[in-house]
Amino acid sequence: MRYSALALVRGALTAHRHWAPAWRSPEPKSAYDVVIVGGGGHGLATAYYLAKNHGIRNVAVVERGWLGGGNTGRNTTVVRSNYLYPESARLYDFSLRLYERLARELNFNVMLSQRGHIMLAHSRHDLESLTRWANAMYMNGIEAQLLTRAEVGELIPALDLSADARFPVLGGFLQRRGGTARHDAVAWGYARAADALGVDILQNCEVTGFVKGPGGRVIAVETGRGRIAAERVGIAVAGHSSVLAKLAGFRLPVTSYALQAMVTEPLKPRLDKVVISPGTGVYVSQSDKGEMVIGGGLDLFTSYAQRGSFAVLQGVVAGALAMFPSFSRLRLLRHWAGIVDVVHDSSPIIGPTPVPGLYINCGWGTGGFKAIPVGGWTFAHLLATGRTHELAEPFQLERFISGRLIDEAAASGITH
Amino acid sequence: MMQLECPCCGRRDESEFVCAGTTHIARPPPAASDAQWGEYLFFRDNPKGVHLERWRHSYGCGLWFNVARHTVTHEILAVYAMTDPPPLPAVAD
Repeated sequence: MRYSALALVRGALTAHRHWAPAWRSPEPKSAYDVVIVGGGGHGLATAYYLAKNHGIRNVAVVERGWLGGGNTGRNTTVVRSNYLYPESARLYDFSLRLYERLARELNFNVMLSQRGHIMLAHSRHDLESLTRWANAMYMNGIEAQLLTRAEVGELIPALDLSADARFPVLGGFLQRRGGTARHDAVAWGYARAADALGVDILQNCEVTGFVKGPGGRVIAVETGRGRIAAERVGIAVAGHSSVLAKLAGFRLPVTSYALQAMVTEPLKPRLDKVVISPGTGVYVSQSDKGEMVIGGGLDLFTSYAQRGSFAVLQGVVAGALAMFPSFSRLRLLRHWAGIVDVVHDSSPIIGPTPVPGLYINCGWGTGGFKAIPVGGWTFAHLLATGRTHELAEPFQLERFISGRLIDEAAASGITH
Repeated sequence: MMQLECPCCGRRDESEFVCAGTTHIARPPPAASDAQWGEYLFFRDNPKGVHLERWRHSYGCGLWFNVARHTVTHEILAVYAMTDPPPLPAVAD
């Protein structure tokens, strides 16, 4: 069923009884052309682009829990493409361009809001590095705008611009096309569109092992709902990548950390930009519901717990209040953590694994949400053709042996 | 807040400590191949279960020590000296 204003009006006349579930809950078939492990944004987008771009519709997405219940539903919904290196800029800007037409393509409102993303500068050295960064973006064909302190104040009136602020603001830079999108809607939109093209989405279906055939090639996955054979298997499970890799018999250059986020009680419109401060290590935006969405740095020890530590929570809240003193009487409404797959150069891995027939999309670390469209697009290309997509060529597992890292750590926004 | 048992100072808040990742990683010999060197630098078990790791009481006495900690419950199962062998096998659950 196509969503439209007309469908809403028609529904209003019939007490909205015509709405059907947005996707099926099929029984697993015994075999598929492609099985994708992980029903988050990247897995669902991969399934959609396999069907849409490559005509491969005999596809299953197997998900241990519920759809989009991991990092896809736990992030701070920021989209942007203000990366430093050409390889990353190409990748993330392709993603942002896909986001810009995603609602129309999926017939699902992903509530993309290109409200602008502002990085603050707190010192002369920050200003110099922001200038370098903005120039690098221009070289890569992505618009950026340097801001004076007064311009920052005009765009973010709630920000503490006083000279005796904990981290005084000297300026900043703006990516106008950056902003937010509704995270659940991205998962649901891709799921619905993939399902409509014939993809089976199998929830509550945990992968417990990989079955290997001649030459050590993966020929099937063992799941909680039985064995499912596949020509090719793709893993897109973010923080649990190492767990799946171990089941398949190899290791990854990944460490799993908890990344916290939180929202305050809702208030009237007060902040219509995404703002990030390298001084406090905190970033803030206001959701459409009015909640202040606050994120910060990692809990820097290995964790699969999906809950953050109080030490980091305290630091993040203190940082947010240093930026916005007027938020001091807001109460936190919710607080949670997702398990992110951090690699040493803060760049993803989209490529084959040491196991034939098995491919992986991981390593997005703290920034996977913004990359869902391009992660799905390039991973689908790999699973369909067996060849790496041009955009993903620099982002191979092999770089950790050759040493050709793409060290985006300095440009990822905050130092984790 | 999580607390750790510093062998020198006793039980202190997590915010006084810094975790420095997996412990007991042996440096390969100088003639190691690129693959061995890459493994040493970057590749980790990253277990969902018991993890053997180095911590430092950075905002206290400065002591380095080893910890066996469960990565799901965060329960600390053992604290032992930097040069001690692992007190229990690091096994995923």
